[in-house]
Amino acid sequence: MDSKRRNFLKIAGLSAIAGIGAPSAFNMLLKGEALASGGHGAPAAQGEHGAAAVTGKRYGMVIDVKKFADNPGLAEQCVKTCHSIHNVPDFGNRKDEIKWVWAEKFQHTFPEHSQYKKNDGLNELPILTLCNHCDKPPCVRACPTKATFKNKDGIVAMDYHRCIGCRFCMAACPYGARSFNWRDPRGKDENGNPFIKELNPTFPTRMRGVVEKCNFCVERLAIGQIPACVEVASSAGALVFGDLNDPNSEVSEKLRSSFTIQRKPALGTHPSLFYII
Amino acid sequence: MIEKALKGNKGYWAWLMFLLAIMGVGGMCYAQQFNYGLGITGMSRDVTWGLYISQFTFLVGVAAGGLMLVLPYYVHNYKAFGRITILGEFMAIAAVAMCLMFIIADLGQPMRAMNVMLHPTPNSMLFWDMIVLNGYLFLNIICGWQVLHAEYKGIKYPKWVKPFIYLSIPWAISIHTVTAFLYCGLPGRHFWLTAVLAPRFLASAFAAGPALLMVIALIMKKVANFDVGQEAKDKLVTIIGYAALVNFFLLGCEVFVGYYSNIPGHMHTLDYLFFGLGHGDHVFNNLVPFMRASVVMGVIGIITLFLSRVKKCDGMLAIACILIFISLWIDKGLGLVLGGFVPTPLEYVVEYVPSAVELGITAAVWATGFFILTILYKLVVSVKRVSES
Ligand code: SF4
Ligand code: SF4
Ligand code: SF4
Repeated sequence: MDSKRRNFLKIAGLSAIAGIGAPSAFNMLLKGEALASGGHGAPAAQGEHGAAAVTGKRYGMVIDVKKFADNPGLAEQCVKTCHSIHNVPDFGNRKDEIKWVWAEKFQHTFPEHSQYKKNDGLNELPILTLCNHCDKPPCVRACPTKATFKNKDGIVAMDYHRCIGCRFCMAACPYGARSFNWRDPRGKDENGNPFIKELNPTFPTRMRGVVEKCNFCVERLAIGQIPACVEVASSAGALVFGDLNDPNSEVSEKLRSSFTIQRKPALGTHPSLFYII
Repeated sequence: MIEKALKGNKGYWAWLMFLLAIMGVGGMCYAQQFNYGLGITGMSRDVTWGLYISQFTFLVGVAAGGLMLVLPYYVHNYKAFGRITILGEFMAIAAVAMCLMFIIADLGQPMRAMNVMLHPTPNSMLFWDMIVLNGYLFLNIICGWQVLHAEYKGIKYPKWVKPFIYLSIPWAISIHTVTAFLYCGLPGRHFWLTAVLAPRFLASAFAAGPALLMVIALIMKKVANFDVGQEAKDKLVTIIGYAALVNFFLLGCEVFVGYYSNIPGHMHTLDYLFFGLGHGDHVFNNLVPFMRASVVMGVIGIITLFLSRVKKCDGMLAIACILIFISLWIDKGLGLVLGGFVPTPLEYVVEYVPSAVELGITAAVWATGFFILTILYKLVVSVKRVSES
C-alpha cells in the first residue's frame, strides 16, 4: 500500500470517528492532487460522474497500432504467448471460443468510428483487442456474486471459484472481452487432443461453466514482471504498460505525447486501454 | 385439503401423466447438459443468453399479470373476480416456479447458485431479482393458500393475511420492473437501453398473464364445469385489450425513436428483428417471420378480443386470447432477449438456434409449471364446489 493511500485511509478513518464523514476527507485530498486520469478521450463533461479515483495505482496500457503493422506477426505472437501461459483452451470453433486477447479489424474494435472514403490500409491493421480494465466496469456492476471485481490497482479480476456462470457480465461488457467455458476446457477433442495444447502448471486451469478474460497478468505483476504480451511487444515498443496515476510512468509519458483513442468512450466505462492509430 | 388433488377423472390423470412424461424427457436432457456443460445448447460466445433466459423473462410477466386480478378484487372490492382471483394467485406461483427453474437451468455452475446469497451484491440487478422473485413466490403461497384454506373450512381468511395481500400488489410491479432493469441498465446494448423497457414489460405482462388465465378459465369451464362468470370475463377482456394496446403503442415508440433519429445502434436490432440485418454478403433474418407473425397475431388478437365481447362468444374469446398470448410470447419470449445480442458489441452478426436438448429442457420446465398449475387449480375447483354448494 503506498503512502498516499495509507494517509487517505487514516484521514478517512479519523474523520469518520470524528463524525465529519469520509467525503470531506476525500475532498481534502482531492484538492491537493487532482489528476484527471479519467479525462482522456472521455466525453467532454467531466463533472461528478466523470472524475476517476486518483488515489492509488491504476494500471493501463497504450497500444501503438502502427508498430504492429510494422512488425507483421507480432500481434499473433502476443496472442499466442498470452493464451499459452494462461492455459486458454482452443476448441477450434467460434461458438465455444475462449480468447483473452486477439487481433481484430479496426471497424470491429472501433465500430463507432465511421470513415468516409476509407483508407483501406486502416482495416488491414491488426488491432490488439482485450479487456479494457475499465475504471467504471459494467461487468463488475452486473456480477451478482462479486466473482468479477476491481482490484485497488485498477485491474478487473475474477474469482473462478465463486463464479456461478450466469453470464450477466458478458451481457454487460460493451467490448466483447469475456468468454465462457461452454464445455470442459480440461478435456480432449474426439481425436484425443487436449484443448489446452501445452499445460502451464504454474497457472490454474478453469472449470466448465465459468467466465474468464484477460487479467492484466496479475500473477506476473505480483512477482515484479510486466504482462506477457507487453514483454513480447517490448522490443518493438508496440505496447506500453504502467500506472496511469503515476505522472512519471512511461505510460503517462506516452499518453501526454501522443494522440490516443479509447473504445466507446461515450459509455462512461473509462477504459484503461489507449490506442495510437 | 391437498387430498383433493388425488381424486380426479381419467382426463385429469391422463393430462398429469402426459406432463410427467415431458418432465421425464426434459430431466434426461438436463442430465446431459449437466454432464457436458452449456455448450450443448445453441448459445455461443456472442449470443450468451438463449431460450432459458428469454422464457424466464416472459414468465416473470405472466406471474406479475396476477396483479390485474388481485388489485380489483382486494383493493377495489370488485366482487365479480371472486372466483378468478385465486386462479391468478396460483398462476403466479406456477410462473415464478418456472422462472426459478429456468434460471437454474441457465447457470454454468448450478451447484453454486447459493453464492448469490452468500455474497450479497446490491449493485447487481440479478441479486435484487432473486430477492423480489422469491419474495413474490412466498407472498403468493401465503395469500393463495390461506384464502383457499379458509374457504375450505368455511370461514373468512385470517386478518394477518391482508397486509401480505396488499404487499403483493406493489411487489408484482417490482418483479417485472427489476427484471427489465436486468436489461435496460447495460451500456452498449442499444436495443435494451431504453427507459420504456420496464413500462413495456408491465404492459405486456398485464396482457399476457390474464390472457393465459382466460384461456385456462375457458378450458376449466369445459372440462371441470367451473365458470368464472360472464362479468369477470368481460372485465378481463378490457384489461387484456388495453394492456396489449399499450404494449404495441410502446413498441411503436421504440420504432419511431430508432428510425427517426436514424442512429445506427438504435436501428440495428429492429432491422434484424423485422427486416433482416445484412452483414458481409449475408442477410441474417432468423427471427423475421416470428416477429412479423407476432405483430399480425397481436393486431388480429386485439380486434377479435373486443369483437368477442360484443358477440358474447367464448370460442372467439379463446382464439383472441391465444393469439395475444402467442404474440406477446414471441415479442418478449424470443425477440427481446435474442434480438438484444444482435449485433455483437464488435458489430458482428451471430445468430442463435436452440439445440434439441435445450428445447427438451425448456419444454420440461413449462410442463412442470403446468403440473403445479393443474394440481393447484384442481384444489381450487374442489374447494369452491364444496363451499358454494
Ligand atoms: S472491458 Fe469489459 S470485461 Fe473488461 S473491465 Fe470493461 S466491461 Fe469489464
Ligand atoms: S458469470 Fe460469473 S463473473 Fe459473470 S456475472 Fe455471473 S457470477 Fe459474475
Ligand atoms: S495483459 Fe496478460 S492477460 Fe492480458 S492480454 Fe496481455 S498477456 Fe494476456
